[in-house]
Amino acid sequence: MFRNQYDQDVTTWSPQGRIFQIEYAMEAVKQGSAAVGLKSGEHAVLATIKRAPSDLSSYQRKIFKIDDHMGIAISGLTADGRILCRYMRNECLNHRFVYDSPMPLGRLVRQVADKAQLGTQRSWKRPYGVGLIVAGHDESGPHIFYNCPSGNYYDYKAFAMGARSQAAKTYLERQFETFAAASLDDLVKHALHALQASLQDGELTEKNCSVAVVGGDMPFTLLEDDSLAPYIAAIKEEEPAAAAGMEAEGAAAEGDAAAGEGGAAGEGEQQQEQQGGGGGDDGGEAPMEQ
Amino acid sequence: MLHRPTSHSAAIGPGPVPSLANPGPALEQQPRHAPQAPSCGSEAFCVDPQALSSSHPRQHTQYPYVTGTSVLGITFKDGVLLACDTLGAYGSTKRYKSFDRLRKVNDVCMVGASGELSDFQYIMRLLEELSDDDFCMDDGHHLKPAEVHSYLTRVLYNRRNKMDPLWNSLVVGGFHSGKPFLGTVGMIGTSYTDAHLATGFGNHLARPLMREKHHPDMSEEEAVALMHECLKVCYYRDKNSINKFQLAKVTKDGVSISEPFALETNWGFKLFQNPAANAVGTW
Amino acid sequence: MATALPVRAQVPAAGQATKQHASWSPYDDNGGTVVAVAGDDYCIVAASTRMSTGYSILTRNKSKILRLNPKCVVASAGMQADMETLHKMLHSRHVTYQFNHRRPMSCPATAQLLSNTLYYKRFFPYYTFNLCAGLDDEGRGAVYTYDAIGSYERVGYGCQGSGKELIQPVLDNQLKAASPLVLPQQQWLSSLPLEQAVDLVKGAFVSAGERDIYTGDDVEILIITKDGIRTDSLQLKRD
Repeated sequence: MFRNQYDQDVTTWSPQGRIFQIEYAMEAVKQGSAAVGLKSGEHAVLATIKRAPSDLSSYQRKIFKIDDHMGIAISGLTADGRILCRYMRNECLNHRFVYDSPMPLGRLVRQVADKAQLGTQRSWKRPYGVGLIVAGHDESGPHIFYNCPSGNYYDYKAFAMGARSQAAKTYLERQFETFAAASLDDLVKHALHALQASLQDGELTEKNCSVAVVGGDMPFTLLEDDSLAPYIAAIKEEEPAAAAGMEAEGAAAEGDAAAGEGGAAGEGEQQQEQQGGGGGDDGGEAPMEQ
Repeated sequence: MLHRPTSHSAAIGPGPVPSLANPGPALEQQPRHAPQAPSCGSEAFCVDPQALSSSHPRQHTQYPYVTGTSVLGITFKDGVLLACDTLGAYGSTKRYKSFDRLRKVNDVCMVGASGELSDFQYIMRLLEELSDDDFCMDDGHHLKPAEVHSYLTRVLYNRRNKMDPLWNSLVVGGFHSGKPFLGTVGMIGTSYTDAHLATGFGNHLARPLMREKHHPDMSEEEAVALMHECLKVCYYRDKNSINKFQLAKVTKDGVSISEPFALETNWGFKLFQNPAANAVGTW
Repeated sequence: MATALPVRAQVPAAGQATKQHASWSPYDDNGGTVVAVAGDDYCIVAASTRMSTGYSILTRNKSKILRLNPKCVVASAGMQADMETLHKMLHSRHVTYQFNHRRPMSCPATAQLLSNTLYYKRFFPYYTFNLCAGLDDEGRGAVYTYDAIGSYERVGYGCQGSGKELIQPVLDNQLKAASPLVLPQQQWLSSLPLEQAVDLVKGAFVSAGERDIYTGDDVEILIITKDGIRTDSLQLKRD
C-alpha cells in the first residue's frame, strides 16, 4: 500500500514539506486504545482502557510505573513503549544513584523526546510508534506531558490519546477549569468520565480499565480491579447526568437537546459502526497493541 | 571518537595524552632512530621523549602538589557558614596567598575545598558545567545542596576506584526549602552530613570547640563569633595556614563570600614565647 | 598496560629521595558494629551510628542500615564510602527486581544477590562486613552473615564490625546455638521472646561501647515482624 512516492523512508521530504513516515508513526498512536492524563494542583492521574487481544488472553497493560514520582501511559506499539519505559526507568535509577534525588520530570521527558527525534532523522532507523503520557510530581508540582513519535513533547493540563480520544478530549476541554482545585477522588472520576466518553462499544468496568495516581504526598500508585471498583461504581451513579453530553465524537458542535436525547441511542449507533467498519480500528496487525 | 586517556604524568603534563605518548605495544616495536625528531605534525613537540623511552609506566596522582588546609563549616538558625584561609601551599612554601577556596555553585549552594587545589579547580569546572546545563535548560530546576553533595561523592569515589584520586576534602554548604545543609566528602568518597564539620586538621583543632559551643538554632552573630574562634585556633596551631581568611554564608537570600580579612591574634602567651618551659626531659 | 614492571628505585621522582610526602590508601575503616538476631516470628537488626577514622569521630549519627522492604534489610560496617555505594547498588537492583517481578525481593533472594554483588568485586573488594536480615518466606526470622568477598551462611544470629569480638561470644553464650554438626539438625532460631531478645541486643551494645572506641553514640534498632518494621533506639556513651 503506497500512499504516495514520498513515504518510503524517513529522510525524504514531500514537496509539501511533510515527512510521511513520521505521520504514519503518529497514526499508530491513534490505533492504540485510549489513555487520558490530567492533573490538579496537587496530583496527576492517568487512566487507560485496556484491551484483550482475544477472549483467551489477559488484558494488555497500558500504565507503567517509572519511579516513585512518575509513570507513563502508552498508546500504539506496546513493544516500543516497553523500550522507552525501560529507558526512563534506567534514567531515573541513575539519577537517584548519582544525585540521591528524584529526576525532574521535564528533564526526562526532554531526553525521551531527543531519543525519539533521532528516529526521525536517520535513514537506518524508524520513529517510535508509540505515544506516551507522562504523569508525575516533582519540585515544581504535578505534571502531565505528552511525548509524540515525532520527537515533539508538550506540557498539558489534561490530555487524551488513542482510539476515539477526541471524545475524551472534548470532555476534558469542557471540564479542565475545575481540575486545578479538584480533590484526588474527583480527579479520578473526571479521568474515568473522559475514558467512558471514548469507550462507546462497551461498559467501563474495573477489568477493562486501569488508573494511576501520583502526588507530592503519595508515590505513583496503580489502581486496578478491587481498588478501582469504588470509583467505577461512583461514576456509574453520576452517569446519566454527566455522560449523556459526552457521548458522540466532536461533541462541541452538537446542541444540548440533541445530547440529552442521544444517551442510549447514540451508543447503539456507535456500536453498529464498530461492528461494521471497526475492523481497521482494532487493527489485527500483529505488532499493534490490542 | 577514539578514547584518549587522560594524563597526570609529570613528563607528559596534564590533559589528553597525545597519541604518540601512549606507549602501546605497536609503538614500542617501531624502530626509533631519533625519538626527538618531529616525525609528523606537532605531536612530537608535546612529549618529552624521555617519557616514552624504556618501560616507565604512566603514573597517576600519588601525592598532592599545591594544597589548601582545613575548611570549617557550621549551620545556624537560618543558614550555613563556611570558612577557611586563602593559602595555596607548595609543600611548606606559602606559594599562593590569595587563592579562593570557597566557591559558589549556584544561588543555594557553595563548595569549600582543602587538598590539591588544581583538582579543586577541575571539580569546580565539573560543577560549572552542570550549572550551565541547568541554565541552558531554562526550566527553573537547579542543583540542590544535597544533590551537589551526592554528585561529588560519586565523582570522588569513582576516581578512587580508578586508583587516580582527586586529592581533596570538600565541604558542601547550602540552604534549600527552609533548611540548612552541610556535608563533606573525602578523597576516597567518605561522606557524611552534620550540623558542624571540618576537614583535615580542623577535625582535631576546631571540632572540639564546635561540639562544645554549637547549637542548631544559634544566631548569625553567635555563629560568626564561633567561626572566628575556630579559625584563630586553627591558625595558631596549623603551620600551613595564614592569617587571611574568607567567610561565606548561605541563607535564603543566596550565597555571599566575604572579602579576605585578618583576625587579631596574640602571640604573647607565655607558652608561645617559651614553648619548652614545661618540656622537661632529654629533648 | 605496561610491558614490564617498573623498577621504582631506578626512577626517583623529583625530591623523592629525601622528602616524605602524603600517601593514600583506597581503603579506610570507619568502624561501627551491626548485630542481628532471628526469632521464630521476628528479626532484630541493630547498628551503632558512630562513624570514625583513626582516633577521630567524624559524625555521631550515620545510619548503617539499608531498608529494602518491610521484610528485608541489609546492615554493613566497615568503610563508609563502600557501604554507601553497596547500599545504593542493592537499592537499584531491588527497584529493578520489583519492576520485573512485581513483588519485593524476598530475604533469601536478597542474601544471594548481596553475595553476588560482593563477589563481583572479588579483586578490589568492598571493604564492608554485612548482615542481611529479615523474615523468610515462611515468616521466620532470617539472618545471613558475610565476609567481604561474598561467602555467606544463614545463621540464627550474627554480629559484624569493630565490636564483633566483644559481642559475638555473648550472643553465642546467651542464645546457645546448636552446633551445625549435630545430626539431626537442631533448631538454631532464638527461642527468646521478642522483648528479651531486644534487651539482650541492647545489653550487648552497651558492653561493646565500654571497650570499643568505634562503637558508641547511638544504636539504631529495627524490629522486623509480619506487621512491618518498628524502630527503637538506644543511647550509648558519647566518649
